[in-house]
Amino acid sequence: MIEIKDLHKSYKMGSNSLHVLKGINFKAEAGELVAIMGSSGSGKSTLLNILGMLDVADSGAYTLDGVPIKDLSETKAAQYRNKFLGFVFQSFNLINYKSALENVALPLYYQKVGRKERQEKALSYLDKVGLKEWATHLPSELSGGQKQRVAIARAMAAEPKVLLADEPTGALDSTTSYEVMDLIQKINDEGNTILVVTHEEDIAHMCKRIVHLKDGVIVEDKKIEQVRAEQYV
Amino acid sequence: MFNRDRWREILEVLTSNIGRTILTAFGVCWGIFILIVLLAAGKGFENGIRADFGDIATNTMFMWTRRTTKPYEGLPKDRVFEFKVSDVQAIWDNVPNLKFISPRNQLGGFRGGGNVIRGIRVGAYNVYGDYPEIINQDPMTVTSGRFINHNDIKAKRKVAVIGQGVKSELYEKGEEVLGTYIKIQGVNFMVIGTYKKKNNDGDGEEAQKEIFVPFTSFSQAFNRGEDVGWMAITAHDGSSISQLKEDIIGVMKNRHKIHPEDNRAIGYFDLYEQFNRVESLFVGLKAIAYLVGIMVLLSGIIGVSNIMLIVVKERTKEIGIRRALGEQPWSIKKQILMESIFLTIISGMTGIIFGTLVIYGINSLLDSVGPVDMFISPSVSVGVVSGALMILMVSGLLAGFIPANSAIRVRPIEALRTE
Repeated sequence: MIEIKDLHKSYKMGSNSLHVLKGINFKAEAGELVAIMGSSGSGKSTLLNILGMLDVADSGAYTLDGVPIKDLSETKAAQYRNKFLGFVFQSFNLINYKSALENVALPLYYQKVGRKERQEKALSYLDKVGLKEWATHLPSELSGGQKQRVAIARAMAAEPKVLLADEPTGALDSTTSYEVMDLIQKINDEGNTILVVTHEEDIAHMCKRIVHLKDGVIVEDKKIEQVRAEQYV
Repeated sequence: MFNRDRWREILEVLTSNIGRTILTAFGVCWGIFILIVLLAAGKGFENGIRADFGDIATNTMFMWTRRTTKPYEGLPKDRVFEFKVSDVQAIWDNVPNLKFISPRNQLGGFRGGGNVIRGIRVGAYNVYGDYPEIINQDPMTVTSGRFINHNDIKAKRKVAVIGQGVKSELYEKGEEVLGTYIKIQGVNFMVIGTYKKKNNDGDGEEAQKEIFVPFTSFSQAFNRGEDVGWMAITAHDGSSISQLKEDIIGVMKNRHKIHPEDNRAIGYFDLYEQFNRVESLFVGLKAIAYLVGIMVLLSGIIGVSNIMLIVVKERTKEIGIRRALGEQPWSIKKQILMESIFLTIISGMTGIIFGTLVIYGINSLLDSVGPVDMFISPSVSVGVVSGALMILMVSGLLAGFIPANSAIRVRPIEALRTE
């Protein structure tokens, strides 16, 4: 599903250049649930941004579902993001003057799905994350866990090939974190490919595979026995 | 463009900080208001001046004789000469594109005071010997009876058409006018009609105190022979009298043996030239109105542009989210441009409405206090309003242009990082 080869990325900061990713090789099959771990500055967010086409690598190849991702115009990148990727952010990033339903419907709007169909689809995804009753509420009226669930519903609404979650539980307490992870596990059970960036051990162990990043290189890549989040909820 | 969701979003954005939106809108509103009011005031002034010209055919010149100032063909300078009736035909024959040539004679005015008597009443009026065509060049409304006709000319009938002012001075109120006689310098003329002129300038009263008699009867009664006092010449609408003027005067110089370079022998007044001078004043006024209006509008537009920039800045993160979710850059740009155009047009419309109300108010004020000199019914045409709307549309587009570009210049990853 995802394949990257010898990925390099450096940031220029004044006269110094900061080499963040130093040759990453990585492959994820369809249906995997991968945790990308590492301390801050290890390059894990940069990697996720490149995977999410929000940033471009200096060198290296990136293939997503057989499509080579390179030299994208902004328009093309927007199109690919919309079609291939779902994003879940640490700070939820819901649009605060739009209701939960409208937030979820947004990616569908960009896919030019008709108004009625869009609303129905969005509502069914809200139902899936258990927030059907909250459809008309604004993000400010929701709790952190609820917000993240809306964000996950939004990410799933476009039926992406890969779900990218950047510290999805970073702003949540542990109980809500487990709820969110439970949701992510269930989505994964349906066969969706998910990448989770985290620095929390327990969250990482709820995935099926852990990739350790340190100073811009992968130091460890292992399959693990998945811990189900259900039991903590 | 007519997408329900997009419009909902535009309204959401603009109403989210309603106070700021209104303040911004005020700038544009004020600009277009000034533009409309200035144009209307200019139009009112123009209407006033035009009314002063009355219905006079403006493509007209008046021509009269003076003394020659150069000797020519053995004739001395300072020679007195007169136009003749035959000159009229000569002009017709030699100068094309003329509509009317009216030879005129006059008693009173600058050629001596006329003396009109009826019974025990006496008045001094301008008395004109005219052809029927003069009514097209110096329009008047015949209020009773009829105007001079060609049979009067042929038969040299001693008939007269008198103005309302003459009537009110020589007759009792309600007295029958038609068929009565008035004595003009000792000669009796029968009154066959009365007229009223629509002039609005200072000569208004004077214009109602004129007496028109057939040209031929005038010449006979007052001993003018073949002489013509002056001429009123009107050109066809397609050609201007100012251009034909030289030809006409050339013909006259030739016929009266005047030195071709003697420019003072024939006096003339070119109404069209005067009218054009006033016309160019109107053009100037309009230009100033547009200039001032658009300048004021411009500052309003800059205000809109500024606010749009701030809005974009505030929404940087939101734009980042949208782009991460797959919104096309062009779609974002379009959104911001439409917000800007929408805001500009709505506030501009408000300005137009306010301007129209003010003009309406001024008009009803003018109606209630009576006519004001040189200012009649200020107004703006539909053309001007639609022009203003076009200006608004373009300026809205311009105002949104920079903010829209700055919105998509930020890369989504940076936009997402801003708090």
